[in-house]
Amino acid sequence: MPASHSALRDQLSGGLESPICLTWELTYGCNLACVHCLSSSGRRDPRELTTAEALGVLDELVAMQVFYVNIGGGEPMLRPDFFDIVSYAVDHRVGVKFSTNGTRINAARAERLAAMDYLDVQISLDGATEEINDALRGAGSYASARRAMDHLAATGFGPFKISVVVTRHNVAQLDALESLARHYGAQLRVTRLRPSGRGADSWAELHPTDHQQRYLYDWLRERPQVLTGDSFFHLSALGEPLEGLNLCGAGRVVCLIDPVGDVYACPFVIHDEFLAGNVRAPGGFTSVWRGSPLFASLREPTSAGACASCGSYDACRGGCMAAKFFTGLPIDGPDPECVFGHGVPAAAGAGGSLPRPAADHSSRAVPVRLVSRG
Amino acid sequence: MQDAGPPRAPAPFDPARPWRLHPQVALRDESFGALAYHYGNRRLVFLRSRALVEVVRSLERHASAHEAVAACVPDAERAAHTVALGRLAASEVIDAR
Repeated sequence: MPASHSALRDQLSGGLESPICLTWELTYGCNLACVHCLSSSGRRDPRELTTAEALGVLDELVAMQVFYVNIGGGEPMLRPDFFDIVSYAVDHRVGVKFSTNGTRINAARAERLAAMDYLDVQISLDGATEEINDALRGAGSYASARRAMDHLAATGFGPFKISVVVTRHNVAQLDALESLARHYGAQLRVTRLRPSGRGADSWAELHPTDHQQRYLYDWLRERPQVLTGDSFFHLSALGEPLEGLNLCGAGRVVCLIDPVGDVYACPFVIHDEFLAGNVRAPGGFTSVWRGSPLFASLREPTSAGACASCGSYDACRGGCMAAKFFTGLPIDGPDPECVFGHGVPAAAGAGGSLPRPAADHSSRAVPVRLVSRG
Repeated sequence: MQDAGPPRAPAPFDPARPWRLHPQVALRDESFGALAYHYGNRRLVFLRSRALVEVVRSLERHASAHEAVAACVPDAERAAHTVALGRLAASEVIDAR
């Protein structure tokens, strides 16, 4: 008999032979400097994987039957071999979903993207207006994202995605963003703001309020067609679960390969504590995924910790590991955005000893700075 | 994970007809059964038992879905597996031949 949903979730929690999908940041180089960048991108790292090494990683993913990769950065299209890597992937039936700020999508590149099977494009846009978007992503970024969308629409690319990180300032624009997606025949994708990378410094000011979280939950419940990358499962404690697996997949069903080949448990925990290995080591990515002691420990059954007495633990599973880690909360306790407020006192009490992201690749002159540190 | 293309209307499931694994779907065995990924609609679907995976893989060799289920699954579990096939047809993991 087919197993129940929770039995399936328990099995997934124990890990898979291969990831369901993985995130691969191709470069830390970026021509923008978004305040909430998960990977603190800006300057290229000189140790970036070479083209041959990148294709070698793809050979492993083919052998492991990884269905698709989420390619990001930095801005992945800044890599001169971007199309070589992406074409190699889709030609070998590793689907590509890639995130871009759109600045490098001109008419010719839009044509090239439209000609590829198994390729999805996600244009990042964090507001329905220039004012809201550019405050986070930098001056001119709204206009360049819209230009990219115009190019994709003109080539008949089909339903590309508009990918929005939900913040305190754009929650009120969700309806407008939905209309914008409809205008382009695009799909709207909304994801959760994480206190990772440069986001560690802006999260406290940018993450949605409790009231906005409730609004977002209801909004998403009414729109199962809006994509979320399964990122708001902490909101499932509010009632009926949102679409998706409602589980932290870090090291269990997903992971991150960074531009220099380091493998982390997920895209939101670029920190030594969650570094599982490097694809350049003997055995490559495959042996990191299957043999890393870190991943083995993440696949152990987890304790509900301080959440054990809460009746909603089965719905939210304590939320996001990365959000807890970078706000100084214990991993086996409530999320800093716990809908019942259980995570807040601990976050407030964590004080000045918060973990810092592994490395800062920010350009030396950062054009966008929403908040000052300290 | 749930990121998928807009749903289209697949053919209604008739277990008396011949079926097959959809040509755009890849199956990957896992301990709980298998993962199925549809490269066209980008949907990921979980096949939650080994027996169901066996049924899906054998569809091509049988004249009907009923026959494939009968060949792979004990009597008491046939109805549940036929229902499961119906769901797989709705998400286009399997396809009418």
